[in-house]
Amino acid sequence: MSGMADTFFNLAVMRQYLPKVIEGMGVTLQLALAVVVTGLMLGVVLALLRSLRFKPLNALIVVFADVFRAVPALVILIIIYFALPTVGVRLSGFASAWLGLSLVLAAFAEEIVWAGILSVPRGQWEAARATGLGFAQGLRHVVLPQALRLTVAPLTNRAIVITKNTALASVLAVGEILYQAQAGYSFSYNPSPLTLGAVAYLILFIPLVWFGRWVEGRFAWKR
Amino acid sequence: MQVAQGAGPGGAAAAALLDIRHLRKTFGTTEVLKGIDLSVGLSELVFVIGPSGSGKSTLLRCCNRLEEPSGGEIWFEGRDILAPGTDLNAMRRRIGMVFQSFNLYPHLNARDNVALALLHVLKQPRDQAHARALQSLEQVGLADRAGAMPGELSGGQQQRVAIARALALEPSIVLFDEPTSALDPELVGSVLAVLRSLRTAGMTMLVVSHEMGFARSAADRVVFMEGGRIVEQGPPAHIFGSDAHPRIREFVASVEHR
Repeated sequence: MSGMADTFFNLAVMRQYLPKVIEGMGVTLQLALAVVVTGLMLGVVLALLRSLRFKPLNALIVVFADVFRAVPALVILIIIYFALPTVGVRLSGFASAWLGLSLVLAAFAEEIVWAGILSVPRGQWEAARATGLGFAQGLRHVVLPQALRLTVAPLTNRAIVITKNTALASVLAVGEILYQAQAGYSFSYNPSPLTLGAVAYLILFIPLVWFGRWVEGRFAWKR
Repeated sequence: MQVAQGAGPGGAAAAALLDIRHLRKTFGTTEVLKGIDLSVGLSELVFVIGPSGSGKSTLLRCCNRLEEPSGGEIWFEGRDILAPGTDLNAMRRRIGMVFQSFNLYPHLNARDNVALALLHVLKQPRDQAHARALQSLEQVGLADRAGAMPGELSGGQQQRVAIARALALEPSIVLFDEPTSALDPELVGSVLAVLRSLRTAGMTMLVVSHEMGFARSAADRVVFMEGGRIVEQGPPAHIFGSDAHPRIREFVASVEHR
């Protein structure tokens, strides 16, 4: 028992690396927020563009969504960080992770919001159009409020999954939680910093998970 | 062809509010409307009956271009609304529509369902739109349910809110697409009562429905459609009488003896 306590819960090591892990929490939080904001916004915009049903544009959106949902996020980050510089685009580790994860979240969000728009019955469009509302007005006042209500829960869950992937940014030497914890582990030859890292993720993401559950209940409504 | 007093082709055409000429509609290779001529005069209540698949609903949905006709003309308030450059949204706020499945907005309460187009199509200020919405709900006997969500209303009440939504825009004609077909039998009466009061108030209405009893007592003219054509039209006394087209008598008997 004391072996395990020494290995994983070594207080001296923890005390030494706690400031670094806290610093990592700040970076993770910034990266996660940036990814959620840009990823969701881009996803909703793409779904709206798709609702215009302009065929060439829709084909591009579908290809984008399929590619970024099929390729593992880690591969996307590595391509952005290591491959783009060969064509002259050089992004920092943080920017690469932000861009890559935002694109992945946008791909999923686009599909979710589009499914939400499709699930609004055709009669809702017809009722709106029959009273003289234009396409954009019908979308904004009738279809989107219903579609978003249906999609808030899956969007929140997907956002949690993608923001957890900020841990992948450690591969790009971004000083987020996992990077700091691993660094502490290598320097101290003791995995206690990884324990700290796990706790840090819990502190950041448990409230998000709870928020997701609250949102699911909040946005259910009687038809 | 039997023609109602002053309303058929060649009759008092100048008095026609809605004048449908040679209307055709095809879906793929299926011809659903095969040249419909029908006019509706001011304050007239015209009933369209016929077996399912006869094109009644398609005819109605062509009248505000929810379906795009394949040919013909539809004259409304002095304009061919099928002409290129027609302002669809301006036309639609003059032509009300009530659907079989109500199509109320589930995220808005009764008042806001009615007020939505007042706010965003007529651009009325919020207070004015809400007052007008309440007035419309009053007209269908539902002013006391203004705050209710559609899910909290019975089918009959939902349909009456949908009628109020159409009336609020002060249309010059209202199209009813089987307004009572989705209702439990005991709720049908409340909706028909609203139609009757609208008729008394002089509203022009084109109604697709299987409510034969109501057609008999309230319609000015009944149109029988089958296979994408108008077989016969005339006053209810004729259409439901003994010298109507045999196909009509057969159809009416089959509906009334369900």
